[in-house]
Amino acid sequence: MQLRNTSARYGWVSIVLHWGIALVVFGLFALGLWMVGLDYYSAWRKDAPDLHKSIGITLFAIMLVRIVWRLISPPPPPLASYSRMTRIGAAFGHAFLYLGLFAVMIAGYLISTADGVGIPVFGLFEIPALVSGLPDQADVAGVVHLYLAWVLVVFAGLHGLAALKHHFIDRDATLVRMLGRKA
Amino acid sequence: MLKKTLAALAIGSALLTAGQAMAADYVIDKEGQHAFVDFKISHLGYSFITGTFKDLDGKFSFDAAKPEDAKIEVNVRTASVFSNHAERDKHVNSKDFLESGKFPDAKFVSTSVKPTGKNADGKQTADVTGDLTFHGVTKPIVVKATFLGEGKDPWGGYRAGFEGTTNISRKEFNKDGMDVGPQSDNVQLYITFEGVKAK
Repeated sequence: MQLRNTSARYGWVSIVLHWGIALVVFGLFALGLWMVGLDYYSAWRKDAPDLHKSIGITLFAIMLVRIVWRLISPPPPPLASYSRMTRIGAAFGHAFLYLGLFAVMIAGYLISTADGVGIPVFGLFEIPALVSGLPDQADVAGVVHLYLAWVLVVFAGLHGLAALKHHFIDRDATLVRMLGRKA
Repeated sequence: MLKKTLAALAIGSALLTAGQAMAADYVIDKEGQHAFVDFKISHLGYSFITGTFKDLDGKFSFDAAKPEDAKIEVNVRTASVFSNHAERDKHVNSKDFLESGKFPDAKFVSTSVKPTGKNADGKQTADVTGDLTFHGVTKPIVVKATFLGEGKDPWGGYRAGFEGTTNISRKEFNKDGMDVGPQSDNVQLYITFEGVKAK
């Protein structure tokens, strides 16, 4: 399989980014929900949030790479069989997934940096706090981070259901294209 | 959570002329932020977390010649808790601890003031008993208070100031709060403030 996307199929860079990010997003969601319920004496109480933040910062960087790659190597056009509504709906849906993911990550960043302290990434380096001291910053950002994360994973679930609908009901190549097959 | 205050008194101070003072009304100096409600709680039994509540206000009436007549009321905005760690403060504001969304204010209203003599520095002391309403629960607490001084300030006002300490049990005010270990149930409070005499 080729690296770059063509008009007929996705290249492996886009495919790996797509599935890898999907895995990381759901993993972070589960990790986040689990860690906030940890008992104070749990052995994971310190490490789980550190991991969550480190992976989240890494995901942000990967999302930037994904966008740059999208510009370098645009995805194949929608299948000819799609209706106009399907094309518009998919375009908005995909844009929402991108924007929602960035919003969740930025809100998470604003929680931890509310007092002006940076975020260590896997203990290797630190992302500085750029915005701090907003009124109730950590609390407001926390609420946004939690609820938007729920919206995002539910929406990603719908995105997956839509792909299954294309595969089993419309019997088109939508899903298999993202698995590397030709349309 | 917190609260506090006090009044204190000075029974015949030889330095003052013998005049009979009248109890004056004071407003706690929130504008100049000469008002602190600080807390100290054990962490694991190995050290202490200290912090403060950044937003509080209150008022009191006080006459150094009649400290037992003093009255005080202090309100603290629980969401203003600050321990120099945003993630911890966010957690402390949650339902595990303060639940500041549901219980935005903590209030102390004095019910009696009992002079207890002088401390080693010669300052008047008193036990200030009052009702603390915190996390929706109201219970009496006693603040060991010291009257630190009073007089004109350089800017045309008249001030009186105090400090006090008390201890509260987290469990008594929030039995469903997060268990962070038995050593961390007790909260030491240190309160100090100046009031500016109302004109």
